[in-house]
Amino acid sequence: MFDNFVVPNLLPAAPEIFLVIMALAILLIDLTVKDSRRTVTFVLTQLTLIGCAAIQFATSTGEIGYTFSNMFVDDLMSDLLKLFLYMTVIIVLFYSRGYVIDRAAMNKGEYYVLALFATLGMMVMISANHFVTIYIGLELLSLSLYAMVAMNRDSVVSTEAAMKYFVLGALASGLLLYGMSMIYGATGTLEITAIAERLYSGGVNRTVMVFGLVFLVAGLAFKLGVVPFHMWIPDVYHGAPTSVTLFIGSAPKLAAFAIVMRLLVNGLITLAQDWQSMLIILSVLSMAIGNLAAIAQTNFKRMLAYSAISHMGFMLLGIVTGVVGGDARYALNAYSSAMFYVIAYVLMSAGTFGMILMMSRAGFEADELEDLKGLNKRSPWFAGVMLMLMFSMAGVPFFIGFFAKFSVLQAVVAAGYIWLAIVAVLFSLIGAFYYLRVVKLMYFDAPADETPLSAGMDMRILISANGLAVAFLGLFPQVIMSLCAYALLRSL
Amino acid sequence: MSTYPLLSLAIWIPIFAGLVVLTTGGDRNAPLARMLSLIGAVVAFLVTIPLWINFDIANGGMQFVELKTWIPRFNINYHLGVDGISMLFVILNAFITIIVVAAGWEVIQQKVAQYNAAFLIMSGLMNGIFTSLDGVLFYVFFEASLIPLYLIIGVWGGPNRVYAAFKFFLYTLFGSLLFLLALMYLFIQSGGSFSILEWHKLPIPLGPQVWLFLAFMIAFAVKVPMWPVHTWLPDAHVEAPTGGSIVLAAIALKLGAYGFLRFSLPIAPDASHELSGLVVALSLIAVVYIGFVALVQADMKKLVAYSSIAHMGFVTLGFFMFSSMGIEGALVQMVSHGFVSGAMFFCIGVMYDRVHSRQIADYGGVVNTMPKFAALFMLFTMANAGLPATSGFVGEFMVILGAVKYNFWVAFAAASSMVIGAAYSLWMYKRVIFGDVANHHVAELTDINKREFAILAVLAIATLWMGVYPQPFTEVMHASVNDLLHHVAISKIQ
Repeated sequence: MFDNFVVPNLLPAAPEIFLVIMALAILLIDLTVKDSRRTVTFVLTQLTLIGCAAIQFATSTGEIGYTFSNMFVDDLMSDLLKLFLYMTVIIVLFYSRGYVIDRAAMNKGEYYVLALFATLGMMVMISANHFVTIYIGLELLSLSLYAMVAMNRDSVVSTEAAMKYFVLGALASGLLLYGMSMIYGATGTLEITAIAERLYSGGVNRTVMVFGLVFLVAGLAFKLGVVPFHMWIPDVYHGAPTSVTLFIGSAPKLAAFAIVMRLLVNGLITLAQDWQSMLIILSVLSMAIGNLAAIAQTNFKRMLAYSAISHMGFMLLGIVTGVVGGDARYALNAYSSAMFYVIAYVLMSAGTFGMILMMSRAGFEADELEDLKGLNKRSPWFAGVMLMLMFSMAGVPFFIGFFAKFSVLQAVVAAGYIWLAIVAVLFSLIGAFYYLRVVKLMYFDAPADETPLSAGMDMRILISANGLAVAFLGLFPQVIMSLCAYALLRSL
Repeated sequence: MSTYPLLSLAIWIPIFAGLVVLTTGGDRNAPLARMLSLIGAVVAFLVTIPLWINFDIANGGMQFVELKTWIPRFNINYHLGVDGISMLFVILNAFITIIVVAAGWEVIQQKVAQYNAAFLIMSGLMNGIFTSLDGVLFYVFFEASLIPLYLIIGVWGGPNRVYAAFKFFLYTLFGSLLFLLALMYLFIQSGGSFSILEWHKLPIPLGPQVWLFLAFMIAFAVKVPMWPVHTWLPDAHVEAPTGGSIVLAAIALKLGAYGFLRFSLPIAPDASHELSGLVVALSLIAVVYIGFVALVQADMKKLVAYSSIAHMGFVTLGFFMFSSMGIEGALVQMVSHGFVSGAMFFCIGVMYDRVHSRQIADYGGVVNTMPKFAALFMLFTMANAGLPATSGFVGEFMVILGAVKYNFWVAFAAASSMVIGAAYSLWMYKRVIFGDVANHHVAELTDINKREFAILAVLAIATLWMGVYPQPFTEVMHASVNDLLHHVAISKIQ
C-alpha cells in the first residue's frame, strides 16, 4: 500500500515546517497568556522568526534543491530573500508592538499568529516551483492580511479597506488562476521548470500561451500594485491600521518580486519579448500615476501608497531589461538590480511607516502630512532620521535609495533603452517634489503640537538603526549588491 | 609630496566636524556650537594649505591622488586627486567656510548647531566634488550637496524661502539626473569604467558626443547658472541667509563651471568645438543682457545675484575660447568672484542685520554713520565692476584678450560689460552709501564691529593680492590648462 510513498526530502523546507509548528504552538500558548501586553506571545513570535533565520542559514547549501515532487525549490535566491523577509518581519513586529498594545481590538495573540502565517505564505511563494505552490502561498498570505486589515473591527475605514482588499484580491487571484490554467492547457504541466523546458523545445501553441501570459501578468501586477491594477493600494494603505500598513507595505514586496522571478523569468523566459513589452507599459504608467497622484495627497499613508506604486514601477524596469532581442547577456545584471531595489525599498518603507507608528499614540494616528509639521523642533534626531529616509526614497545620495535607482538605471541604459531611462529619471524628478515636501514640513514649518515623542526606548533605538542603515548602506552598498548578484547567479 | 591623505582630510574633516557640532544639541549650547564650528572650519582650512605649498606646478596631471575600491560591483572607485584647475577651489572653499561660520556668529540665533553643521557638511561635500576623479563619486557629492543648501535656504531664509528652496532643489536635480544618464552611457561605452581620466581618452563618434555634451551642459548650465536657466539663482539668493548667499555665490556656482572643464571639454571635444557658438552666444547674453537686468534691480541682493550671473557668463565665455589665455582668465575670474561676491553678499548682510531691508530705496547716506564699512564696501564694489588692481580686473581682462583672438565682435560685446558692470555696481553704491541720511534707520546705524571688520579685511587683502600680483594663482594653472587644451585639440572621432 505504501509502495509508492516516498518520504520527500524535508530539509529544503525546514524553516517552513519549523514556522508552522511554532505558529500553532503560539496559538495555543497564547490562550494561557494573562499579561495584557502579551509579552510571551511577542517574544515567542520573534524567537520563531530568529529560529527560522538560523535554520535557513544552517541548511543553505548554495545548490538548487527541489523537493515535494519538484513543487518546492530552495536556492540561493530564496535563501537570501527569506533572510531579508525574516529580518523585515522582525522589525515590523517590533515597530507595531506599542501601537498594537494601545489598541484593544488588535491586542490579541492572533495578531502575531496571523503575521506568522502571512510570513509562511511569503516563504512558500518565494520557494515555489509550481503553480499550485505559488497559489497556496499567495492565498495564505492574502487571507492572513485580509484578517489583519480588518482586525481593528470598530473602525469603519479599516473594515471598508479589508472588504475592498478582499474583493480585489480575490479578483486578482482569479486572473492569476485563469492565466495559469491557460498555460497548463498549452504546455500540459504546472511545474515551472517543466514549462520552461516545454517552451524551449517548441511545439507549444503560442496564441494560448500569450493569452495566458496576459492574465498572469495582470494577476502579478495586482499583487505588485502597479498601474492600472493599483486601485486597492491607496485605500488599503490608508484604511488599514498603520501597523498592518507597515506590514503590507514592506515584506510582501519581497515575495511579489520572487513570484515575478519564478513565473516570468524561470518559467516563461522564452516569451520574454511578450511580457517585457507588457511590463514596460505597466512600469511607465506606474511611475507616472504613482508620482503625480502622490503630489495631491494630504494623508501621509496615502502618499506613501502612491509612492509605493511608483517604486514598484521603477523596480519593474530592472525586470524588463533582462533580455534584449533574444540576448540574455544582461539578465543577471538587470534582475539583480531589481532585487537590490526591492530590498532597498523594503528597508526604506519599513523605516518610514515605523516613523508614523512612533509618532502615533493611544487614540491618535499621526498619519496626516500635517502631523509632521515642525518635527525638527520636537525631536531633531528623528527629524534627521526621517530626512534620511525621505531623501533615500527620492534617490538622492549618499543613501541606499540612490544606489537602488542607480543600479536599475544602469541596467536600463546597458540594455539600450535610453528613452526609458529618461522617462524614469524625469518621473523621479517629479517624485522628488513630494519627498521634499515632507522635509519641508519637518524643518521649515513650526510645530502644530509640541508634545514630545512618547515612544519607548526599544522603538527609538530600532528606528534610529533603520535610518542609519539607510545611510550606511548608501555609503557601502557593495555587500548587498554583490549578494544579490551572487544569489541570482547561482539560482538562474 | 606628503604621505597624508590630504584630500580625504579636506573632505571628511568638515563633515565630521559638522556631525560633532550637531551633537551639541539645542540653542542652550550655541556658544559651544559656534566655537566647535570655527575650530572645525579652521582645521579644515589648514589641511588644505599643504596642497598649495607642495603643489608641483610643472605637473599638469593629477596630484595627491588617492585610489581605493568603493563598489567593485560597478567598478566604482574612491578616486581623488587635484590638478591646477581644481586645487585652488578646494582652498577657496575651505577659506570661505571660515568666513561663513564667522559671518553667522551673532546673526544666527536659531538652531545654531544645525546651521553651522549644514555649512560644514556642505563644505566637505563640495571639496568632494572638486577632487573626485570617479564619475559616480563626483555625482554622489554633486547631488548630496543639494541637501544642506536646501535646508539652509528653507530653514533660515527670508519670507519666500519655501518657494526658493524647492525651486533651487528641483532645478538642479533636473540637470543632474540627465548628467547621471550620461555617466552611465560613458560607463558602458568605456567597457565598464567610471574613471573620468579614462573617459578623457575614450573615442566617441560625433553624434553621441553631441548628446553627451548637451546632457553635461544642462547639468552644468543650471548650476553655473547660464541664461536662460538662471532664474532659480536670484530667488535662492534673495531668500537665503547671508551665509547661504556667500557659499552659493562663492563656491556653488563654481561647481557648474568646473564641470565644464572636467567633463564637457575633454570628454566631448569635437562636440565642444561644434557647439561652441551656442555656449558663446548664451554667455554673451548673460554678460550683456543680464548686466542690464542687474541695472534695474531695486533689491541689493538681487542686483548682486544678477551680477554674479553676468560674471559667470565671462567664465563660460573664457572656456570656449579654447586658448590658455581664455581658460586661465576664466579660472582667475572664478576665484576672484569667490572673494568679491562673497564680500558683496556679506556687506549687504551687514546692512540687512541692522536695518532689515535689502531695498536700495531704504538706504542713502550710509557713509555718514558707517564710514569704515563704506570704505571697504567701496573696494568690493570696485572689484565687482572690474577696476584694475583688484582681482575682478585680471580675469575679465584675460578673458577679453582671449576673446579678441577668437573673434573681435565677441570681444567687443564682452568688453561692454566693463561699462555695464561699472554702471550697476557704482550706481547702487552711490544710492546706498552717498547722499543725505535717508531715514532714521540709517541715522541709527552703528559702524561695523571687530568681527565684521576682520572678515572684510581678510577678503579685501585677498582681492587686492589677486589684483596686484596674480602670478601665484596663475602659475599653478598653466600646466594643467595646457594639458586640457591638448586634450581638447585632439579629435576623438575615429
